[in-house]
Order: sequence, then structure tokens, then C-alpha cells
Amino acid sequence: MSVLNVEDLRVTYTTKGGDVPAVRGVSFSIDRGEVLGLAGESGCGKSTIAGAILRLHSPGTRIEGKLELEGEDVLSLKPGRLRAVRWTGASIVFQGALHALNPVQKIGDQIQEAIQVHGMATEKEAAVRAGALLEQVGLPPRRKNDYPHELSGGQKQRVMIAMALACSPTLVIADEPTTALDVMVQAQVLQLLRSLQHDLGLAMLFITHDLSVLVDVSDRLAIMYAGKIVEEGKANEVFHAPQHPYTAALAAAFPEIGDTRFRHKPAGLGGDPPDPQLIPSGCPFHPRCARAIDACRTVVPELWDAGADRRAACVHVAGAPSLDSVMS
Amino acid sequence: MTDTEEARSESLQLGEPIIEIDDLEVNFAARVGLISGLMGKKGSDAKAVDGVDLTLHEGEVLALAGESGCGKTTTARALLGLIQPQRGTIKFRGKALPRDTRSLRPFRREVQMVFQDPTGSLNPRQTIYEIVAEGLRIHDIDEGPNGETEEDLVAQALSRAGLRPPQRFYLLYPHELSGGQRQRVVIAGALALEPKVIVADEPVSNLDASVRGEILGLLMKFRDELRISILIVTHDLGLAWTVADRVAVMYLGRVVEIGPTEEVLLRPRHPYTKALLKVVPEAGEAGVIREILQGEPPDPTRIPAGCRFHPRCPVVASGRAAELGIEDRCRGEDLPLAEVGDQHFAACHLIDINQQP
Repeated sequence: MSVLNVEDLRVTYTTKGGDVPAVRGVSFSIDRGEVLGLAGESGCGKSTIAGAILRLHSPGTRIEGKLELEGEDVLSLKPGRLRAVRWTGASIVFQGALHALNPVQKIGDQIQEAIQVHGMATEKEAAVRAGALLEQVGLPPRRKNDYPHELSGGQKQRVMIAMALACSPTLVIADEPTTALDVMVQAQVLQLLRSLQHDLGLAMLFITHDLSVLVDVSDRLAIMYAGKIVEEGKANEVFHAPQHPYTAALAAAFPEIGDTRFRHKPAGLGGDPPDPQLIPSGCPFHPRCARAIDACRTVVPELWDAGADRRAACVHVAGAPSLDSVMS
Repeated sequence: MTDTEEARSESLQLGEPIIEIDDLEVNFAARVGLISGLMGKKGSDAKAVDGVDLTLHEGEVLALAGESGCGKTTTARALLGLIQPQRGTIKFRGKALPRDTRSLRPFRREVQMVFQDPTGSLNPRQTIYEIVAEGLRIHDIDEGPNGETEEDLVAQALSRAGLRPPQRFYLLYPHELSGGQRQRVVIAGALALEPKVIVADEPVSNLDASVRGEILGLLMKFRDELRISILIVTHDLGLAWTVADRVAVMYLGRVVEIGPTEEVLLRPRHPYTKALLKVVPEAGEAGVIREILQGEPPDPTRIPAGCRFHPRCPVVASGRAAELGIEDRCRGEDLPLAEVGDQHFAACHLIDINQQP
């Protein structure tokens, strides 16, 4: 059974300027021990999905579709049960984690609090567990008496990871967990996340705009554009043999060193990601797409088969229906 | 690897030097707490840049790479005269930079800066036209070399930066533009002054992935068409691979390796360069646990004796340095850059005994 099952998820922010459809029908599932990488640019809806899974959005945000965490329907959870599910069912490591720690509380106490609030242990047991967690994320347990300002950015992110693991969740959502960190520290944190995920058999949703990071940590990849998944498949294959032109453009933004195709030839897309309130007709990517044909302006592509265990929403993929049948 | 073979560089042709940095040193005074200060304690100064020699040639794209705290941004800022160095000289076309702000003005016109965060470097209350025209006004330029009016110059800069038609952008404010467009405005502002050199500090790291290539392409175009020299400060070696002719890798205030991009990135001679390259994913290597330098970025207030990289150096840690009989030198003997190939230099004790990192 999959740990997380998302079907036709739609999230709409209601603002004074009208409705903003941030996520427009997204389906995926994550199995136990599996890492799904979700990539896309700012505004594509990837973080909105993270928020929706734990229902972190402000009131007034419309969430439709199906969201099941270990078979339990998240969208109909009562507040008490929802609180229990956060941290124990699924937890999040944020990008802004560096500011998410309480500056006037020792880090050990902060981890301990997360455990105790959920009634998982007595104070003494929680303190022992907090020390063990710190050790697990590569910090000496004596650092539990430190305040956040005594830690470096990478160490703070390690503390955030320890907290996310505190209540032994089955799903960990990592939303740009390494973006604000230095290159070498970023690699260390990724290595840590990957080994924890492997050792604990966690299901993980890993969100970032940096495709090259995702290839390293994910089993599967889903690429988002304008609120929808446009391509999905095995991580390595999606990155190295993209079927959707947008995936190809994203992959080209993070060229491999030694790849002579990109030497002195930075590859980029013209234009900007679309405004969620003004999504182009047909394929939302067509105004920026070098391979767009007339049909792209009218045909809304679905995730069609694009090879073994691969789907892409582009009229050019092998599994796309013949254009005559779609146009009529 | 055939890619590597193909990428073997024919000898790199460099133009005349346009900027020469010689033995640059920049310190930042240490901060001490009130009590310790009253008790007469002194902190140790941070040596952000500790003896850097660097030359930028006409029409060259040079990438300055390294972790945060390695001194790459400080070097760039000293180059622009934004920081006064404690030691060393910076020459522009063979002439040393003056120290006072007023005499720096003509130089500042020739050397323009593009910062990382376009939103932060644009005045939110100015229109795009005003922003681009401001540099011209500061430098009292009301006419171009061919009799262009201020408006002509602004329009030309905007359209060169890819904001077309330029008139459409005149009256817009920065908040009405996307991130990529804002960075183009910053670039247009720099271009309007027809500089000879652009110093770009992480010019694309705040931009969306798909927009990055366009901005980098723009910089490449200026180099090709206007022969502008470009110094790109970046932590991203992939970016250096895409745009740079030469790469300089900095560690704790020093350049530890410099040379043609293909040489430095495909055949690194310094263990630190090799370590930096390890964090960039490679083809077909997904999921492989790579050897990653442990520990935090180094602290410029405490520069280790000997080779400054030795406390983190995998060659020392693995015992290979001891086997090769150079460990004592790594720990105790500081060293300058040594030539390891055509225009390729690195500072490592392994080079002396002809070993690869």
C-alpha cells in the first residue's frame, strides 16, 4: 500500500484579485521507502502541494480531490486527529528552517517538546530520544544544550531534520531543504537525508527547483509546470532523456561538467513561467516551447505514455493520440 | 571518456590584461563583546583575502569559484573599489586604482557590477527608465558618442538586455516585472555606461532555472559582440563550465587553482577543486554515495598553518600524504601556485612530487 496517495488534487487560493488556481489536478503516490522528487520553478505549485498534504494552508484556500496518508483521508480529518498526523504521520523540513527554530530555547528542548506534545514519551525518555536523534543526524549529543545562534546553517538544518524524525513519521516532506546552504554543506545534508531515508525506510517527497539535486536523491521524478505534472518517470531516465520539452530545458539549466554540448552555450527558455491567473490555452507551455505546433494552442495534453514507466504531457510523445482525434 | 578527449583545450588565447590584481589582502576587523572589550581582549581579524593575484584579460570570461567565506565576493568588491584593501594593488589597463572616491569615478564607469539579487538592487520607487538613466546622469553623460540622446541610450541598453520593445518598459516599476526581467534591467543599467568590464556576483542564483540560460546567454553575447570582459563570481562549477574561459578556485582567501576551464574542471590538480567537483552530480551516477568533504566552511579568522586546506584535505586524512612523505610539508609549509600545465596553476604539495590528487 502506498504511504501517500494523491488523486486529482486541486488547490485554489482565494484572493481579492480573484481565484488563483495554484495546483490544477495532480495525481501521484509514494510507496514505503520510496523517494519522489517534485521539480519545477517558483509558482508551479510544488510547495502548495506540500502544504496541502499537512493542511497548512490558511482558511479560504480551497483544496479539492483526494489526499490519503496511509489510507486515511487527510482532507476530512478533525482538528485533533490532524494535529496527531502532523509530525507522526508526516513531517516537513522547510527551506526557511534556518529561521524556524526558537532562538531562546535550547535545541535539545525543542526536539524534546515535539516528542512530548505528541505524548510519545515521558520527559526522561524524550530527553534520551532527543540526544539519540541529534547523534543520528551527525551532531554530538552534548550540542543539545546549544541555542540556535551557536549553530551554523548546516547544523541548524540537521536539527530541523532531527525534529522531523522525532515522532517517527512514515512520510517526510523536504521542501527545498538545502537551498540556503553552502555547496559543500548542501551535499552533506543531502547525503544525510538520503542515508536516513534508506536506513529508516521512510517515504519521502523531495521538492526543489534544482533538478541535479533531485536526480541524486530520488527514485522517481515528477516535473511540474503551471500547476500540473508534465512528466514523470524514473529519476535518472527523466533527467538524462527528457521527453517533455520543459523537462529538457530544466535539465539543461544544470549542465554536467564535461558535457561539450553546453560549453560556451548556455541553454535557456525565452519568456517567464505563466501567471497562475492567466494560464495559456491548450498546452500551458506552448508560448515558450520551441517544438510547439498549431495543435498545442488548443489541445490540452494529458500525461500520455512516453516509454516504459514514463508519462509526459506533450503532443509529441509516442503515446499521444493522433492529433485528428483530439482536435475533433 | 570521449567527452574529456574532445574537450581537451587547444591553447587558450588571451587578450591584453585589462585588470590586474597583485598581492591583494583584505582584512575585516574582529568584533569583540562589550565585556571582553573592556577587559582589553582583542579578537583576531578575519583575513578575507590573503594574497590574491588575478588577471582579467580583454574579452575574457573568468569564473571565481569557491565556498562562502572563501573571499570571492570580497575580491570582487575590492576590485570595484568598494572595499579598501590592506595591501596590494589593483591596476586597470596598467594604471593603479586611486584611493579616493572622486578619482575613482571614471574607473567606475568602465567597470560595472551586477549583483545576485535583482530585487534588492533596484529602487522600488523608480521607474525602469529612471533606473537605467541614473548611471548616465551620475556620470554626467547627456549624449552618446554618436550624438544619441539620453532616451536613445536608455532604449539601446534595454533592448540589448533583451527588454524589447524598450518603450514598453519605461514607465513600469520593478515590482511589475518578473525576476528574470529585473535582472535584465540591472544589466541594462550597467550596459548603458558602455563598460569594458562587468563583474557579476552570482548573477543567476536567485533566478528560476529556465530563465538562467537566457541571462547567461546575454552575458556571453556582450563578450562576443562588445568584447566586454566578465568576472563571474559563483559557487556553481556547472555555471563556470557553461560560460567561463578560465576558472579560479579560491579557498580561505587564496586562489588555490587557476587555469583554462577544461583543465581545471576536467583535470583538477588541487584536492579542493576535486572535492568541489564531487558535489556536482555526474552523468549516470544517481544514488551513488560520493565522497564529500566533512566539516563546516573554514573560518577566515583562524587560517591553519601549512597548506591552509590540510585540515580538510582528503589526501592528508586518508594517510596518502603520509605514505608519499609529504604530510609534514602539508601541515607546516605554506606554498604558492605552481605551474602544472599551459596557463594552469595550482598550490598543492602533491605537484612537487608529480602526483595527482
